[in-house]
Amino acid sequence: MTSAGSGLTLWQTCALSLLVFTGASQFALVGALAAGGGPIAAAAGAFFLGVRNAFYGLRLSQVLALPRAVRPFAAQWVIDETAAVALAQPTRRAARIGFVVTGLSLYALWNLTTLAGALGAEAIGDTDAWGLDAAGPAVFLALLAPMLTSTTERAVAGAAVVLGLGLLPVLPAGVPVLVAALAAPVVLWAQGRRGLREGDR
Amino acid sequence: MNIWIAIALTVLGCYAVKLAGLLVPAGVLERPLVRRLAALLPVALLAALTAQQTFADGRALVLDARAAGLAAAAVALVLRAPFLLVVGAAVVVTAGVRALGG
Repeated sequence: MTSAGSGLTLWQTCALSLLVFTGASQFALVGALAAGGGPIAAAAGAFFLGVRNAFYGLRLSQVLALPRAVRPFAAQWVIDETAAVALAQPTRRAARIGFVVTGLSLYALWNLTTLAGALGAEAIGDTDAWGLDAAGPAVFLALLAPMLTSTTERAVAGAAVVLGLGLLPVLPAGVPVLVAALAAPVVLWAQGRRGLREGDR
Repeated sequence: MNIWIAIALTVLGCYAVKLAGLLVPAGVLERPLVRRLAALLPVALLAALTAQQTFADGRALVLDARAAGLAAAAVALVLRAPFLLVVGAAVVVTAGVRALGG
């Protein structure tokens, strides 16, 4: 993929995919290294993009109720896609199955495509022409929609969209999404205040 | 060598934050406020990611065929279409708009 063109060896490219397994962080690291950034600065940028996975973990540990011994292994699969699928399931059993199936299939697919890309097998051509780049956001939207059960969720989602898009041109990659996460506490706080005022009456 | 250092740092950092979220003690998560917040954070993150993947081109905001695709997905969702149909609608409409020169 992109990393092959930026001076990384086949081993380095595959190690990155196998061990980091957070697409955005991988692209950020490769991009920063290709642009001549130092290893520390490049890793810091990639780290910022990975921070949001901690927020997924907060919720996932409640929903999945994983035994302590399993958590270090499950952690590697805590990413946007697995969180979205697991959290959209109605029961704990379904959530666990969703997490494992999504994690396993994405992990296999992601690393195979990395290997194929690194080997220079870009025979598929321009995937954008097939509209495949719209599949990602459509999947997220489909998983997000059932979560928007009340005005609170809708307010959080709306505010997050505004923050995420508005800050995109001005902040480094990965940071706008983290700032957008602030929509959650801000909306809760605003609601709490309103609740207090109504309680006074 | 420098590249391996960067890879090692990224591997450790990204794994640490993933694990950190899972290891927050259950006692802390029982609190109603933390519970509400943990449920709302994925909503905020997914909403922001959806919007960025639709309207972002690098660090610039653009309105292109993907927006039409996502609108098609939204319509499919409102009509309670099954998951694959929702994603399929987005892909087909995006490809269609691009083919028409959008």
